[in-house]
Amino acid sequence: MSLSIRRTKALIVKEWYQIICDPSSILISIVLPIILLFLYGFGVSLDLNKVNIGMVMEDKNAQDFVQSFTGSSYFNVTFANDRRELVDPLLAGKIRGFVVVPSYFSAYRNYVQKAPIQVITDGGEPNTANFVYNYAAQTWGKWLVQEKMAGKISGLPLINVQPRYWFNEALKSRNFLVPGSLAIIMTLIGTTLTALVIAREWERGTMEALMATPVCIKEILLAKLIAYYLMAIVSMICCVIGTTLFYGIPLRGSLLVLIGITSVFLLPALGTGLLISTTTKNQLAASQAAQVVGFLPAYMLSGFIFEIGSMPKIIQMITYIIPARYFVRSLLSIFLVGNVWSLLIQDTLIMLAVGLVIFGITSRIIVKRLD
Amino acid sequence: MWKRIFALIKKELLTVWRDKRSRFVLIFPPLIQLFVFSFAATLDVKNVPIGVLNLDNGERGHELVERLMGSPFFSRIVFLKGQQEIAPFINTMQGIMVVFIDQQFSRNLDTKKPADVQLILDGRRSNSAQIVAGYTSSIVNQYNDDFTKQNNIPQQNTTLIVRHWFNPNLLYYWFNVPSLSGILTLVVALILTSLSIAREKEIGTFEQLLVSPLTPFEIIIGKTVPAILIGMIEATVLLVIGTQVLHAPFRGSLFLFYASVFVFITSIVGVGLFASALAKTQQQAVLGSFVIMAPAIMLSGFATPIENMPYWLQPVTYLIPLRYYLVIAKGVFLKDIPAHLVWHNIWPMALIGFVTLSTSSWFFRRRLE
Repeated sequence: MSLSIRRTKALIVKEWYQIICDPSSILISIVLPIILLFLYGFGVSLDLNKVNIGMVMEDKNAQDFVQSFTGSSYFNVTFANDRRELVDPLLAGKIRGFVVVPSYFSAYRNYVQKAPIQVITDGGEPNTANFVYNYAAQTWGKWLVQEKMAGKISGLPLINVQPRYWFNEALKSRNFLVPGSLAIIMTLIGTTLTALVIAREWERGTMEALMATPVCIKEILLAKLIAYYLMAIVSMICCVIGTTLFYGIPLRGSLLVLIGITSVFLLPALGTGLLISTTTKNQLAASQAAQVVGFLPAYMLSGFIFEIGSMPKIIQMITYIIPARYFVRSLLSIFLVGNVWSLLIQDTLIMLAVGLVIFGITSRIIVKRLD
Repeated sequence: MWKRIFALIKKELLTVWRDKRSRFVLIFPPLIQLFVFSFAATLDVKNVPIGVLNLDNGERGHELVERLMGSPFFSRIVFLKGQQEIAPFINTMQGIMVVFIDQQFSRNLDTKKPADVQLILDGRRSNSAQIVAGYTSSIVNQYNDDFTKQNNIPQQNTTLIVRHWFNPNLLYYWFNVPSLSGILTLVVALILTSLSIAREKEIGTFEQLLVSPLTPFEIIIGKTVPAILIGMIEATVLLVIGTQVLHAPFRGSLFLFYASVFVFITSIVGVGLFASALAKTQQQAVLGSFVIMAPAIMLSGFATPIENMPYWLQPVTYLIPLRYYLVIAKGVFLKDIPAHLVWHNIWPMALIGFVTLSTSSWFFRRRLE
């Protein structure tokens, strides 16, 4: 049986009504994106605005050093007389580290021996620990410059390191978290929702009912894919409006290119959803499978929060076949840099290839199941 | 009464165990996730490719570049030929940073004048970029110290020493294993409870349960206990694999661990039952629990610390059981946390569990009677 445009159109309309009438579709396509955008905009932030730290001043002569910490915009300092007082807050996560100025600090400074300042951090939070140390080092550096200007010390580092951050000068993690989260939203609609909806048709037996009508399986599936594709694009446009207007994140590339690359990404995403539903035919299993191969890789293996280069080699290999990896990269570039063609074309080709492979596998399975 | 509840519990466990698919769902996805994500979820930065543009012809620039090449943080160093190559290099993400050493570098240093090293970083990944900038500064500072020492240039004599407690090498999987053991247990317990009643409703067996001699209260107990049991088993499996196979440390007390896992799962089951009572179909239950789960995980302090959030949002996190559990989990795995600190985090979970369980049972009873 060949594909009929008229029948497919009718099916798309049917799907559309089903989407509108089902509160759970609305929930996942509209409410969840809003919640996610909100959370990534406000809730998830890698920028430490004020870290709570403790300060133990065993040497009372180091007042000016302590002041550079209390005056710093990075820290919220609580004082203690003894480092034992700070162990409980550190265990409970109330403070993320503490600085100790030992009693022999001033004495050492007048000799050749180096006077130590200790920074203790909570290794239970590795990223925060790194930042506490980096911020403490910066504060210490500023203090040295002041000391030098006051004529208290002679030497200063000769080499100045001047970091400059392109595309995100203010170093707001929101600027990359929010565009990156669009990849997750698209995965949720493209993979999770599609998998659930089609699995439900199989589970309830309505798929058989549909197949008994003159429409063929390809038309049914195509109609579903088109309906969810359209929904994803609508959701994407809403998200872009929210991102640019509400969060003030720039869209330096063009909207058309963004929609183009989203469409390319939806090919493997929808394909995965279809593949999951046809192999599991059960909503519980489909939801778990979609979680494992769709949502979690998009969240954790796409390089959106976690650096791919730091993962073990085997996991790095896996990330190469995860379309979200390329989509996240493209999204970040379109939002923060502009239309970086050489990158976008490369990503498009890879996502297309992955999408075609997934569809190839799916159609073979479907044909086999029907015979 | 106890006989009937026991029969229902047995029936629940059997439904989960007999079904090949749900058995699979309970065992494999959490384990795969534990393995993959313990190692993948790292904010650490290593093995990154970087670019170097060295316009300095002198010896000093060359020495600094060699220091960078010797560093284990950078997997590959690409040498750029001119300033016009910086933008394409960064734009197409060939590397996260370009180290730019200008023509004056050696001349300035040899005449004991301050010299600059510029780092151009990709702000698209500002967190990683900051960490890379931190590494690079420490390499440059080390070079600076050695250079000044060799040339007898006076130095300041304070030093900053850092010690990372509980996790001296800042290994991410030490942080991930305890956190994931909580998150994955949450996912399983929540999905299981939210589906249990919705499935009965969808298949139509819920009416059969209602006409049985079971009272609504007994039905709720019968649905709660199996979920808690399975959640505890799940937590045990994750604990054993996390410590024995993945070699994360476990320094605290097992008793405190199980006490908090029990309270934690009970509070989650309460939420799941609530979603289940509201949902009419399995799909609604799954999606509903997902809508609860995603924010709960994100705001729990797992991915990013709670103190980074805006002040008005922070009170919301007090409603999330996972927030308390993560403190305990990291505490018992890494810090050998004392009992009184565990208690501070257990009672809020117990309170949440009490409220959710009693609300959902009230809700049920109203519907059933």
